[in-house]
Amino acid sequence: MRAKTADKIATSIIIAVAALIVLVLAGLLGYILYRGLGHISFHFLTSAPETIRKGGGIGPQLFNSVFLLVLTMLITVPIGLGAGIYMSEYAPANRITNFIRLIVEVLSSVPSIIVGLFGLLVLVNLFGFGFSLFSGALALTVFNLPLMVRITEQGLKGVPREQKEASLALGLSKWKTITSVMLPISLPVVLTGTILAAGRVFGEAAALLFTAGMSSPRLDFTDWNPFSPFSPLNPFRPAETLAVHIWKINSEGLAPDAAEIAAGASAVLVITVLLFNFGARWLGRYMYRKFTAIK
Amino acid sequence: MAQPLERQKAKPHIAEEWVGKIYTLLCIAFLITTIFSIVYFVASKGLSTFFINHVNVLDLLTGLKWAPEGEPPFFGALPFIFGSFSTSILAAVIAAPLGFCAAVFMVEIAPKFGRRYLQPVIELLAGIPSVVYGFVGLSVIVPFFRNVFPGQGIGIAAGALVLSIMILPTITTIATDALAALPKGLKEGSFALGATRWQTIYRIVLPTTMPALMTGIVLGIARAFGEALAVQMVIGNAPHIPRSLFESASTLTSAITLSMGNTAMGSVANNALWSLAMILMLMTFVFVFIVRWLEGRSKI
Amino acid sequence: MESIGLSAKDLTVAYGDRPAVKNISLDFAAKQVTALIGPSGCGKSTFLRSLNRMNDLIPNCTVTGEIWIRDQNINSPTTDVVSLRQKIGMVWQRPNPFHKSIYENIAFGPRYHGVKKKSELDQIVEQSLRKAALWEETKDRLHNSALALSGGQQQRLCIARSIAVKPDIILMDEPASALDPVSTSKIEELIAELKEDYCIIIVTHNMHQAARVSEKTAFFLTGSVVEYDLTHNIFTNPQKPETSDYITGRFG
Repeated sequence: MRAKTADKIATSIIIAVAALIVLVLAGLLGYILYRGLGHISFHFLTSAPETIRKGGGIGPQLFNSVFLLVLTMLITVPIGLGAGIYMSEYAPANRITNFIRLIVEVLSSVPSIIVGLFGLLVLVNLFGFGFSLFSGALALTVFNLPLMVRITEQGLKGVPREQKEASLALGLSKWKTITSVMLPISLPVVLTGTILAAGRVFGEAAALLFTAGMSSPRLDFTDWNPFSPFSPLNPFRPAETLAVHIWKINSEGLAPDAAEIAAGASAVLVITVLLFNFGARWLGRYMYRKFTAIK
Repeated sequence: MAQPLERQKAKPHIAEEWVGKIYTLLCIAFLITTIFSIVYFVASKGLSTFFINHVNVLDLLTGLKWAPEGEPPFFGALPFIFGSFSTSILAAVIAAPLGFCAAVFMVEIAPKFGRRYLQPVIELLAGIPSVVYGFVGLSVIVPFFRNVFPGQGIGIAAGALVLSIMILPTITTIATDALAALPKGLKEGSFALGATRWQTIYRIVLPTTMPALMTGIVLGIARAFGEALAVQMVIGNAPHIPRSLFESASTLTSAITLSMGNTAMGSVANNALWSLAMILMLMTFVFVFIVRWLEGRSKI
Repeated sequence: MESIGLSAKDLTVAYGDRPAVKNISLDFAAKQVTALIGPSGCGKSTFLRSLNRMNDLIPNCTVTGEIWIRDQNINSPTTDVVSLRQKIGMVWQRPNPFHKSIYENIAFGPRYHGVKKKSELDQIVEQSLRKAALWEETKDRLHNSALALSGGQQQRLCIARSIAVKPDIILMDEPASALDPVSTSKIEELIAELKEDYCIIIVTHNMHQAARVSEKTAFFLTGSVVEYDLTHNIFTNPQKPETSDYITGRFG
């Protein structure tokens, strides 16, 4: 009888915990949206921030985040795919490979603030890229590469061996087999993972404080020459992203409506991350269905 | 190979194979170079505090007073080390039981409901940016603590609570995988003996999956240990060992975040911050090796 | 096109230090079907996969000995494996069409090997599908996914795919074992037609199938060839007691 009671109590506790976790998420999202949504307007999303007056927006920060995301993924995806393909298809089964695996694991657990410091030392100072979008993108590449490698490896390992063999047996080179038979099959996994990685880039701040910088020049959105210092497209200008902006106004914001701006910006950030998440899920399911479905 | 079989055509595929091999090798070489340069640059900067500025290692590790720009300067980093360990371990203490329960719920109690609703919730928690956690911590948890407990609300408790939600996904995911990977017969054997579900869980499932659960917990601690901004926003940033959980404190990451921009590159004060970064990095390695060791055990 | 044969000399295949195939020497004639039979785990599939160097993909699998096609030993480290495999087609136990359209499945190989013109590719696709007796069923939906075909159709598509790159030899690893009887007999008819042009080596579990489609049969047991003779002789007058035991169904 006592065992049964204990079982009932334990089961109820577990269910309560599960409910609690769902509630925490719901509360979290609800709170952010409740506080932030009211503040989001076209003006808020497009105008420049104010330092001491009310009514500042997050336009440049939003643009910087998106631009940085694109830049980062442009660098991360080719390198990550290449390294992932190496680990999955070319690496011989020996000690060196095991060592490389260990290194990738270490890199994936290096705190992002350390990656940021490394960027400050090497990218910003040593290579002279300065506080710039480019430094930020490279730092985020370092931060995201291990994830990208793992995703690619997982995707390729999931390709049935018969598919690979069929292509090789037709006299196709290994490289061609990887790029035109195996990668397309692993695309749902790789793409889903890539989108989730992109979401991580969008929300990352610690690695950017000392690489992309905490300020933005007065951007001139009519100047699209990438070499002009006030052009939004110039990759060698400092760029405060949305996530960094949230951190900054929370710790040193002087504007009277700093709290509302932080809430609005957080809501924008969370909505974007949710979109990435649902987008990845939907795309993964859609592609899975498309590849296996009978047309 | 001799000619006849492929005389018909030139061999573009040989060049193609080399392109593939060299390209992927370069990519992985980039990765390896990066990690070695991270270690090299952080360590060389961090060690210069001891070799160039002649700060005593033991003083740094055990000293209680941090005033690198003072006259005379003090380099006691113990408050930060203490802050980092206490917040991350406390966070794990909160998150581990929650994560285990969530995993049991998803694997044993309501797999269908769990996979459909709880799993996406956990994944979403993992996707929320850390500054957002910091913001919510600052505007919800800190005021709440301020009203309920004596003190300002900021401090180790607030930091640990924020971190616990952030590391919950890590712990839950690994625990779920471990539980799902258990051979069916193991549980069925226990049920067949008339054991209840809870008895089966704590007598059979928990001990068998312990190394894997520990892996998740250590990974969670590692993530909490390295988290910078969310903690920095709620912990208060006073460089002392606090007397209560609700009193302003500091961690390694919060000290670096706050002061790195305000010190001149190459100064003693700046080098001392790099030493903190080096400690952080070394701890990361320690965590990776603990995880490796645990993974080795859970395979047996 | 003259079809060529293949011969294996002292071929040994080992996984780690466990040999799966021991010192096998076999000659396969052109324009003929040779069946490899034997109980599971006797090494017949492993042997077959060595002939187009497919075992190179398996870590710690070593193949020693010689495999001769015309005057070349293809089991040598200097062999250009990619060119070699174009000359040796392969069909697997489970149909494995690419996740592409029917047309693309066939055109994929020839295009890689240098056929760029649409009209030429169209022609190759039609010829290959006709040879595999699949043209009539698929000509109206060439651009639909190959995965929408039935299992038997998929397997014939795989055969069409391999003959599209003009091989001399086709290796078949239990090509009908995953199919229903009707599809199986279609595949068998197809094999009978294909042997006009190719040297075919087929691994099969099904002794009736071996008897129906092949000219010669090799009986494998625990990694060695027990008996190799005309199929008729093997099934009516086996020389070794192990062979007759297997054929009469006493084991395997």
